[in-house]
Amino acid sequence: MNEKNKEPFFHVVKRDALPWYQSIGIRIAAIVLALILCAIITTITTGINPIQVYQSIFIGAFGTTRKTWITLQNVSILLLISLALTPAFKMKFWNIGGEGQVLIGGLAAAACMICLDDKLPNVLVMVCMVIASLAAGIVWALIPAFFKAKWNTNETLSTLMMNYIATQLVAFFTIVWEVPKGSGKIGIINQDSNIGWLPQIFGSKYLLSILVAVIITVFMYIYLNYSKQGYEISVVGESENTAKYVGIKVGKVIIRTMMLSGAICGLVGLLLVGSINHTVTTTIAGGQGFTAVLVSWMSKFNPLTMVLSSFLIIFMDRGASEISTTFGLNHSYSDILTGIILFFIIGCEFFISYKLQFRKKAEKEEQ
Amino acid sequence: MMETKTAAVSMRNVTKTFGSVIANEKVSLDINKGEILALLGENGSGKTTLMNMLSGIYFPDEGQIFINGKEEIIKSPKDAFRLGIGMVHQHFKLIDVLSATENIILGLPGKLNIKEASAKIEEICRKYGFEVDPPQKIYDMSVSQKQTVEIVKVLYRGADILILDEPTAVLTPQETEKLFRVLRKMRDDGKAVVIITHKMHEVESLSDRVAVLRNGRYIGSMATKDTNITEMTNMMVGHAVTLNIDRPDPVDPKPRIEVQGLTVRNEEGILKLDNISFTANSGEILGIAGISGCGQKELLEAIAGLQPVESGTINYVENDGTREMLIGKDPLKIAEMGVSLSFVPEDRLGMGLVGNMDLADNMMLRSFRRGRTPFTNRKPSKQLATDVVHDLEVVTPGITTPVRRLSGGNVQKVLVGREISFAPTVLLTAYAVRGLDINSSYTIYDLINEQKKKGVAVIFVGEDLDVLLELSDRILVLCGGQVSGIVDARKTDKNQVGMMMTRVGGNEDHE
Repeated sequence: MNEKNKEPFFHVVKRDALPWYQSIGIRIAAIVLALILCAIITTITTGINPIQVYQSIFIGAFGTTRKTWITLQNVSILLLISLALTPAFKMKFWNIGGEGQVLIGGLAAAACMICLDDKLPNVLVMVCMVIASLAAGIVWALIPAFFKAKWNTNETLSTLMMNYIATQLVAFFTIVWEVPKGSGKIGIINQDSNIGWLPQIFGSKYLLSILVAVIITVFMYIYLNYSKQGYEISVVGESENTAKYVGIKVGKVIIRTMMLSGAICGLVGLLLVGSINHTVTTTIAGGQGFTAVLVSWMSKFNPLTMVLSSFLIIFMDRGASEISTTFGLNHSYSDILTGIILFFIIGCEFFISYKLQFRKKAEKEEQ
Repeated sequence: MMETKTAAVSMRNVTKTFGSVIANEKVSLDINKGEILALLGENGSGKTTLMNMLSGIYFPDEGQIFINGKEEIIKSPKDAFRLGIGMVHQHFKLIDVLSATENIILGLPGKLNIKEASAKIEEICRKYGFEVDPPQKIYDMSVSQKQTVEIVKVLYRGADILILDEPTAVLTPQETEKLFRVLRKMRDDGKAVVIITHKMHEVESLSDRVAVLRNGRYIGSMATKDTNITEMTNMMVGHAVTLNIDRPDPVDPKPRIEVQGLTVRNEEGILKLDNISFTANSGEILGIAGISGCGQKELLEAIAGLQPVESGTINYVENDGTREMLIGKDPLKIAEMGVSLSFVPEDRLGMGLVGNMDLADNMMLRSFRRGRTPFTNRKPSKQLATDVVHDLEVVTPGITTPVRRLSGGNVQKVLVGREISFAPTVLLTAYAVRGLDINSSYTIYDLINEQKKKGVAVIFVGEDLDVLLELSDRILVLCGGQVSGIVDARKTDKNQVGMMMTRVGGNEDHE
């Protein structure tokens, strides 16, 4: 090898399908490496003992029973939105309108609580809330789906625009319903009568969302993998031509799938307003409609993996608030840590499909 | 005829693996100057991978490559060009909206000088007898013209080692002959030419030497004049094969599909089928010949219910003579009518199958609606997948392997296997053996013949005229969306069909 043109230092080689324990091993190694890198960066930039930081992240998420419940509840909400988006993504329909679909579902629930509290008995109000929020989510998803199915419009743009419309509508109704006038917010709805407050399960106000999340996770797993409709979604997502070839009506599948997607988002809105916050604000979805896109993709559209992904993100987020108060660090600091961890988790996928072959090794093999 | 040649390229012990799949194992191959080498091998035998390593697309895991006697490391296509290696790929790598000249000089360093470049292109064309119009846009070109641009592009960069991957797959016999004339001229000019092809007649008429790969290993090479098709095939396959296409006489042919005055426009409103009329009979193979893009795709898709029709009728005739109109019905409706119509489309992974799904799930595509529950039943499709793998000798790690991981021939077997599994009465096939090696091709011909014997009306769109002439009972020749004629395949010859393909009168004319 004495020419000017040397063999490259390494080149990329495709790997075999790894056995499951190895691919899990790579992922664990990636998380460990990410934590080490985070520790080094923490020490260098802040001088704080990284073990203490990790400890307080854990305390932030699981420090008390209440904290644990809230963490689990937040995981449920993020998981539910991710599950809602997944069938659409599997169909290669880029629904980034989860945020708006959740918001409008929440607004519909709030509207029922505010307008019907003295007209109907509590149970009927709740029934109306369920119907209204599901319907609102469905409509918000149906509009982009219809345009896509009919005229092949770009759903990325239309779902995104629907988000802004939802935000503006919530802002508008905040002014209409603000209590007290001039405060710019709605405040807790029906604080005295508790009308429209979804029931507590086993005396816990957190359990309802968690239970719904468990049910929807199981449902979605079965729906996507074992139902005829789930099969149609996969075929449409992989190739529209194949779908047409076997007589699947692509437009119909798009509309049906988005209605399901929107319905689950509307359900999340209902939980956020009826069970968790008892009020509605423009930020009630808190950007989770977008975080859910990440969760869904990171989990490769597998509902069971999504449980872990959404847990990781919520865990870091909860821990973040804790370290920002304990150590006086900015909240963005934990975003940096989350970023590093996500980078490693997503980056390690490369090493699951490929390996690097280095020059030295290649030469040795030649001899 | 040949004196001792000097090697332009010597590959020594070249190995390339993709995961556990060994694409090439210790291949040592010489490519000589002033010689046309035909590289033969079945699908998945590693021909393209080997040539891709030469042209810098892949990097070998092991082994050495000598160019003109000097060891070289080829890291990228740029290195390959520097060493005078040029490859014309099966799928053209041209930019539609640019002109021929712009495509040819794309990516080259130096000042952009269209005039100078055009002059140089014309000089190359004169030298070898190419016909290229430098300012013509690619989207205005026929397939053969695009290919010419690809070859000129490679020569423009000073290549003297030229690799062509299945260059004749999309050409008419006349265009193929033109290409061969050019290649011979390049050989006489001292260039080294490698051609990858599955068409044995071409190997015989064009190449000076053949080299055979099997399962990624180099089997041997010999002078073309000292060998014959049977010997080459046996080397490729590894055991003796018989190369006769059976043509049993049709038994009791009855009209099955009647097409009258069919006119179809594509999405852009371009006339693709112009007043087509014919009848396909049961127990008979109707071959469809024509330059690619002459309406073959639209014709089959119109029958299958996938193509909106402007005017005309397509009737399905039952055994008792009752007619059912197929136009205006989608594939699901046609199936619900009780018409068992199988369709092997040209685009296997983009239409006939789902590449990312496994064999079993692909078997379910046609039948997943069966059963009253909202859930799919995977048991029958798993059984069907196992049967197809066994009966058609599909090479696959298992029925849970995604079909895109299979080689072309095996993908086709899976597709054909599924389509004939539900006892069709009509079988439509588009380029059923495109890209398939000789062994797989004969398996497919046998399967089609079996269907014919069962009384199925087969419509076989093909591109290899030799095969069409041997396999079909009648041949319908399409030309620019019109029926150029329907001939008895037993009584016609290649020349007649070739002429009908280019023009009803016989004038050569590209649209």
